[in-house]
Amino acid sequence: MAISRGFQGRRRGDADPTRVPPGQYVTDDFPVLSAGPTPHTPLAEWDFTIRGAADRPVAWTWNEFLALPSETVTVDVHCVTKWSKLDTVWMGVSLDTLLDGVETSAEHVLAFCDGGYTTNLPLEDVTGGKAWVAYEYGGEPLEPEHGGPARLLVPHLYFWKSAKWVRGLELRDHDEPGFWETYGYHNYGDPWKEQRYHGD
Amino acid sequence: MERAALPRGLTWQLGSVVELVDETPRTKSIALELPVWPGHRAGQHVDVRLTAEDGYQAQRSYAIASAPEDDHVVLTVERLDDGEVSPYLVDELRPGDQLELRGPLGGYFVWDASLGGPLLLLAGGSGVVPLRAILRHHRVVESTVPARLLYWARALDDVIYRDELMANVFGDSVDIRFTLTGEQPEGWRGWERWTDMELLQEVTWPPRERPLVYVCGPTPFVEKATISLIALGHEPGRVLHVAFGPTGV
Repeated sequence: MAISRGFQGRRRGDADPTRVPPGQYVTDDFPVLSAGPTPHTPLAEWDFTIRGAADRPVAWTWNEFLALPSETVTVDVHCVTKWSKLDTVWMGVSLDTLLDGVETSAEHVLAFCDGGYTTNLPLEDVTGGKAWVAYEYGGEPLEPEHGGPARLLVPHLYFWKSAKWVRGLELRDHDEPGFWETYGYHNYGDPWKEQRYHGD
Repeated sequence: MERAALPRGLTWQLGSVVELVDETPRTKSIALELPVWPGHRAGQHVDVRLTAEDGYQAQRSYAIASAPEDDHVVLTVERLDDGEVSPYLVDELRPGDQLELRGPLGGYFVWDASLGGPLLLLAGGSGVVPLRAILRHHRVVESTVPARLLYWARALDDVIYRDELMANVFGDSVDIRFTLTGEQPEGWRGWERWTDMELLQEVTWPPRERPLVYVCGPTPFVEKATISLIALGHEPGRVLHVAFGPTGV
């Protein structure tokens, strides 16, 4: 290990180190990183669709979506650009709820979004109480720059997997890399294994 | 856009600091000699990792300021007063020190001559760094693609690469403009307005000429510029951008 002469670092005393993955630092800010401009889809035109390798596609309008059973979760999020934010509070619909009753042989999903962003995940990483479509953050409607009206929330993976402005999931028999995955980021993105880039 | 996969297995390596250049009172350029460098594309970045004596490590990403063709890989770092890594890089690092990094990273915010133009570069503050790499590459390959840089800063003292940009060493096909919204020197002939839709309309080519746009800077700057350009009729797919910093939660 190469010591950086004179570097002390500023460990935060108030952050539990067992909750901070390697190479991450804890911030109270909520930095923003996007590949495209913030879309502003009117709620009247918004829907959420599950399509692809399913018996039939299902879709919800905004009002139908809000009527689904929701959950409030407190989770830590970890961005590949090195910041982590602890104890973030979200409200949204569990993907278990959305996928309930969908018959599929698929093992992968590709989330698609307003603005054309996509990200790929194994189906088993978005089921079993591990993923949500969130529309509230900190008790307020999710702001557009943080992915509002609704974003995917998959806190156990790097935050680029928690696609902003999500509009649906495509169920897939074969894995297909999404936007950042095509540009050299890790296909899976486990922050605890520091899977930032291809080959990590 | 051309899609380029990164090489597999990016490993950490130790570079030697060969030169430090004061760009502004809070910004330094760090020229590095690297044992292995696969070459980069203008616009890419690296991850830098610092290690304390007790093994504690901190990582951050920094844009590459040099052209792929330059002798050294150069990073330009702005000191954030409440930062952890940037104050060390700007204030503590000395020539001859070792610096651990890996890269190049990022295949999205890149330009090379094959992508054409016209090329509109919008820089907010230290967001000029990857755009300067693009301008240097443009010069080295003698690209004839018309390019224009609009650089927003608070004051002239905050302008990074000031001499190079003011003298426009990049040649006739490159047009460099400034807007200083905080304070202007005596006899200032550049702009002093925010980069609002009106100013962008003045600076950019009309949408029918399909300029390729690169926007880099603090989040509010980038958000405003990209939204304005798309409202003016530019294709969202040709407005590439990278933002940094908080939104204020």
